[in-house]
Amino acid sequence: MSLFKYSSPTAFYPLAGKLVPWFAALAAIFAVIGLYLGLFVAPEDFQQGEVYRIIFIHVPAAWMAMVIYLAMAMYGVMALTFNTRLSAMMMEALAPTGAIFTALALWTGALWGKPTWGTYWAWDARMTSTLILLFLYIGYLALINAIEDKKRADKAGALLVIVGSVNVPIIYFSVKWWNTLHQGASVSVTASPKMAAIMLWAMLIMAIACWTYAITISLVRVRAIILERERGRSHSTRVANTLSATNIVAGS
Amino acid sequence: MKARHRRFMWIALGLLVIGVAVTLVLRAFNSNLVFFFTPSQVAENKAPVDRTFRIGGLVTAGSVKRQPDGLTVTFDVTDTAKTIPVTYTGILPDLFKEGKGVVAQGKIGQDGVFRAAEVLAKHDENYMPPEAAEALKNAGKSIDGSMFAGQKAVPTQAPKPN
Repeated sequence: MSLFKYSSPTAFYPLAGKLVPWFAALAAIFAVIGLYLGLFVAPEDFQQGEVYRIIFIHVPAAWMAMVIYLAMAMYGVMALTFNTRLSAMMMEALAPTGAIFTALALWTGALWGKPTWGTYWAWDARMTSTLILLFLYIGYLALINAIEDKKRADKAGALLVIVGSVNVPIIYFSVKWWNTLHQGASVSVTASPKMAAIMLWAMLIMAIACWTYAITISLVRVRAIILERERGRSHSTRVANTLSATNIVAGS
Repeated sequence: MKARHRRFMWIALGLLVIGVAVTLVLRAFNSNLVFFFTPSQVAENKAPVDRTFRIGGLVTAGSVKRQPDGLTVTFDVTDTAKTIPVTYTGILPDLFKEGKGVVAQGKIGQDGVFRAAEVLAKHDENYMPPEAAEALKNAGKSIDGSMFAGQKAVPTQAPKPN
């Protein structure tokens, strides 16, 4: 049962606390290297000139939008099958970050679209399905906050996220299945990358930066959620008491 | 079977059913989900008549001609099999180039000329420094082969011999 030790919020709380500074440091280091390579070292593109540099944030953000949603769906399955409290808490912790990355991908894509395609927005399959992903994130957050009973809120939220997960393969394969304005994948598992090596490296390092940032911020958030939800249970009260002495936790 | 196994089975089954349902819906709406029609599809009368739609393809090299008024442009859009002449009045996107991808929205006239109300450049997924592109060009290799990646979704049936 040692593997399941950390599925208990009480056991996970200190572990998450220990991991946060490490992931935060990694995120900062990779972001600095990635941005330096992307903005200063990588040359301009043969067609787009400087505008293409948006990919160093746009592509990692779009990846994270999908990855975080899949992670939430996975936690959703675990929450419904094993009834683990922590899984639902992780979902709640991941959702805002996923929503922000989705919004970032849409926003940077629009800024890139105007100078390259000639329009900020087009209702093509890739963009429309990504917009639906943003609505799924927002819908999940609205749903779990609308239901008073936390247990029921978690179940409803998990169900929504699991059902919505069919959208993720649609986003990913949309450029393959249909004619879209959005270009196909430059980087995929099955084909060699269609990018110059230095551009690819900068993008991959930025992707790692986004991963580690997402892990950092969701660990911080899940710690807050654990404190909030486990209020009244012995461990949480102990931590909250120590914290309220220093005025960090309000309203507990 | 334990309760948690049963719950997991229900979730897996539910996902499977939803997946199949979505697949069927997407297949049914396939023609509505494509962002543009290719010149070949237009030639096969698959594109809507008397209604605004989009065509996509490559701008034929050497076909771009500016009219004396300075704003109207005519060019040919091709998918290497069929070609459609296009006329457009307005500002073209920066990446609009001969031999590159383009998506135009408008109506096709009786004369077979596509009157575009909006022209967008379709970019490909290749990123490289200008020197690398030059080297590829000198080596005689094409760097724009992705325009019709989505075409597989709309299978063009070969006419059966009777």
